Amino acid sequence: MGAIIVILALIMLIKLFMIQMVDTRYKISAQNNSQRHVTEYPARGLIYDRQGALMVYNQAAYDLMLIPREMKAFDTLELADVVGISVDEMKGGIQKAKRYSRYKPSVLVKQLNTETYAILQEKLYKYPGFFVQTRTLRKYPSPIAANVLGYVGEVDEKWLENNAYYQQGDYAGISGLEKVYEEMLRGKKGVSIYLVNVHNTIQGSFMNGQYDTAAIAGRNLTTTLDLELQAYGERLMQNKIGSIVAIEPETGEILALVSSPIYDPNLLVGRVRGQNYRSLQADLNKPLYNRALMAQYPPGSTFKLITGLVGLQEGVLNPGITYACSGPNSLPIKCSHFHDTPIGLIHSIEESCNPYFWKVFQSVMDNQAYPKIQDSFTSWRNHVMSFGLNQKFQTDLFSESRGNIPDIDYFNRYYGEKGWRALTVRSLSIGQGEILLTPLQLANQAATIANRGYFRPPHLVKQIDGLDSLEFQKEIHRTTIHPEHFEPIIEGMRLVYAGDHGTARWYRNDSIPMAGKTGTAENPHGDDHSIFIAFAPIDNPRIAISVIVENSGFGSTWAVPIATLMMEKYLKGAISRNWVETRMLEGNLMPKPDPVEVAE
Amino acid sequence: MRRRVNYIQEMDWLTVLLYLLMVGFGLVNIYSSAYNSELPSLFETSQRYGKQILWIGAALVFAIVIFLIDSRFYSFIAYPFYLLMMVVLVFIIFFGIEVNAAKSWIEIGSFRIQPAEFGKLAVGLALAKYLSSISLNAYTPATFVRIGAIVFIPMLLVLMQNDTGSALVYFSFIMVLYREGLSANFLWIGLASVFLFVMSFMVPIFFLALGIIVAAYLYMLITPKLIKTKWVVGLVVIGAFFLAYYGQSFLDLNFTAYFWLVSLSIGGALVLLGYGWWYRVKRFVQGSLVLIFSLLFVSSVDFVFNEVLEAHQQNRILVLLGKKSDPQGVEWNVIQSKIAIGSGGLAGKGFLNGTQTKFDFVPEQSTDFIFCTVGEEWGYIGTSAVIVLFVIFLLRLIYLAERQRSNFNRIYGWGITSVFFFHFAVNISMTIGLAPVIGIPLPFFSYGGSSLWAFTIMLFIFLRLDSTRKEFLQ
Repeated sequence: MGAIIVILALIMLIKLFMIQMVDTRYKISAQNNSQRHVTEYPARGLIYDRQGALMVYNQAAYDLMLIPREMKAFDTLELADVVGISVDEMKGGIQKAKRYSRYKPSVLVKQLNTETYAILQEKLYKYPGFFVQTRTLRKYPSPIAANVLGYVGEVDEKWLENNAYYQQGDYAGISGLEKVYEEMLRGKKGVSIYLVNVHNTIQGSFMNGQYDTAAIAGRNLTTTLDLELQAYGERLMQNKIGSIVAIEPETGEILALVSSPIYDPNLLVGRVRGQNYRSLQADLNKPLYNRALMAQYPPGSTFKLITGLVGLQEGVLNPGITYACSGPNSLPIKCSHFHDTPIGLIHSIEESCNPYFWKVFQSVMDNQAYPKIQDSFTSWRNHVMSFGLNQKFQTDLFSESRGNIPDIDYFNRYYGEKGWRALTVRSLSIGQGEILLTPLQLANQAATIANRGYFRPPHLVKQIDGLDSLEFQKEIHRTTIHPEHFEPIIEGMRLVYAGDHGTARWYRNDSIPMAGKTGTAENPHGDDHSIFIAFAPIDNPRIAISVIVENSGFGSTWAVPIATLMMEKYLKGAISRNWVETRMLEGNLMPKPDPVEVAE
Repeated sequence: MRRRVNYIQEMDWLTVLLYLLMVGFGLVNIYSSAYNSELPSLFETSQRYGKQILWIGAALVFAIVIFLIDSRFYSFIAYPFYLLMMVVLVFIIFFGIEVNAAKSWIEIGSFRIQPAEFGKLAVGLALAKYLSSISLNAYTPATFVRIGAIVFIPMLLVLMQNDTGSALVYFSFIMVLYREGLSANFLWIGLASVFLFVMSFMVPIFFLALGIIVAAYLYMLITPKLIKTKWVVGLVVIGAFFLAYYGQSFLDLNFTAYFWLVSLSIGGALVLLGYGWWYRVKRFVQGSLVLIFSLLFVSSVDFVFNEVLEAHQQNRILVLLGKKSDPQGVEWNVIQSKIAIGSGGLAGKGFLNGTQTKFDFVPEQSTDFIFCTVGEEWGYIGTSAVIVLFVIFLLRLIYLAERQRSNFNRIYGWGITSVFFFHFAVNISMTIGLAPVIGIPLPFFSYGGSSLWAFTIMLFIFLRLDSTRKEFLQ
């Protein structure tokens, strides 16, 4: 053991002798004060829409950096003038940099523009210890999809502590796609090592650049969004609160994801970001809140489709069964429409008959095949959850809500194990009560029906340069409902547009066969929210959509025309009935005008 | 029979002096590597040097307390302390705080402790207690299992905290077993494993396996006995290989040639093993055992490397073996470390004049890479001095361990010596590019309360035991 210790020590001593005494490559000559490591920041990956149109690109910006230890006395006033700050700010900045580290570079002035940089560059030799670091800022050619894209900001202390890659002053995606795909978009920083003398002049490359590395540019993303459809959706939703989600049913690709009110993503870039962020955050209409993914609403009558599908699958319903409806006098749930009675499944969808679906729900709950309500309820809940409800899709969406489908524990707790039955939870049959869905889940429900029983999890990225397909793009989720049961439901949805009494008949488009379902989410705080889900064309669906317009009353007034326009725009590229469009664009449903203050 | 001795007099003051020298020189270097000219006071507790002074002060208090306690106490608490540490280590896996990707810290107020450091002490005590309670030359499989459990349970727990470096330290206890009469075969097995490990990166795995098989068969062929049997087994294996590999599409199987080669060779070796066992042909038993275990080892290295290790761990191994160059990534730390040490020259740049170790070029410059500051500011004179100091310290500990009259004391002494040696060897080797970067501290030098305290307590318990060695009559 003693021998091993001595031999190892000798090996170390020899190796150290080689490194410290023999090998001159490691020496830094006496004149050379130190190496300077200059970080080469890679360009962040660009973001494109599904057709290849540019959505996000980069713009150069220059940070004035300082290494306090190398600083010599200099003309503070001149430098402050050049970079456009006051002498006091300059002095404060230098103090702050010294407190952070005497040896490590700190950012003194952020994001100088190209003109300032040109002037500064010529004078920089007078200021030892100062240098300029090139960075890139995000720029958005069209000011849309702010909540989807997210924004980029300076990393904070906590982030630095947990991610060794970042240094103080670095940028990283904070929300949206920028955050989810941060590692792809950021690329890899490079470093050039220079030898610098006491006058802050570069003497040459360290060891002939042997240890330099080039920055690797970030990967470009192609999103699933359709730029034009997204922009159109945002225009339609102006002066309204709510959201639009459009999905390509076959792939799960999200074509448009609008959360209104919107904001211009260019507001959250550069030196004005902090101030603009605060005013956006203070806005009572919450533009930073991505309603399309996070807001949860009772789905209202759109949920009747699922109630019907579960009934068919459980064998307690067939398209021929009719039930009587007494209109507003019906018990225990009133009907808000006047129609023929008795009514069958298809027409009860067309005319959104409440009592019909209550009876379907009742027969599911009271099904003799199950010994207890708890069992039939659990079976119902499993069917419902197979539509992707009460869960997150966990693809590449930033902060989804999971929605809510109550479980038996909830009702057992609330009413006691023997204290509830179908009648107690009747409001679930028409999508009221404890059921909550996000706009994304509603659109996915439409896509699932369009696909006759399966969905691919909705996602936002189609392709990342240099990578194969992403895992979630291959996933396929099948519902517990047999494909054949979707046909009568879809026929009912077709009549919503095409039928004489359909709740969306005013917006019927003769050239595109559409299927949809209106809904109204009861809102205890004010006017009800109008909901509509739809897909088109019926036989070979290319778009499935959900629209929610808050505080706008019946589904058919606002949500139906907006969804119809969106589908027409996507499928035909143009709008045939301009009066509908004009009415939607001019409609103002905002609770109160509250413009956002913007710093320039 | 015990007699009273004056244990202050009997204390090994040379070791205490070495300890103080190392801790003091460590503090000098921590001061330099964390130097903040705005807050130059040594007692500035917002800075690392100020904190290190607090840790040192506390460590000295621990040392004194350790000397005030009766020496039999340490043998007495060996098992309870071990159990307590295991509970703490399990606790951390669930509730620990993550620092540098290792979830190995607990926080008490504003105070962070890394219990894995104290785990070594627990193993040292428990192992000494157990080994001193059994007959040394009669290991049975059951004792091996118990020894293995004492050492490897904490190791696994630390590994689960994602702290690979600290987990590897537990391997050093194998040296204790060797001192206590473990067969030298184990050492050969260890060396052979290292050889196979390195080879499995240098040679394609299929040819490595083929080489092992051919070598093992040649070894067994040299004996004149039973040549026929071997030929039969050999030919059956080769025949079965071709039949299986080319015939598998018939059964709709799709295994690789490597799979068939290894599984059939192991099958053949099992036949020879059984034969050799029954008819007492030593060469068959040896050859087939070597064959089986080598193939399993090589295959599992391949599997562990590709399936278990994470990318950064794979990179470290590949860079060290020279299979991959990555100056910006893994190699970066080592290059920067070598630049810092190399730039020191003979006499160094002088106290506080280092640049490389202050710019944060060198990672962890006051903890795991503190040796760089020594190299840069004190030159070859400084680095040799540190190495010589450690050599004297370790040799002294071995001397102290060997003069113990009680088995518990001796084994404990060997245990902590092994741990100190492992830390010293791996830490300095990594900073000068002789070993992969394994994040473990340099004892007494690196910044950090947990490691300083653990090392101090380990050392002073031993000195306390040593001071009463004469209580045991021979």
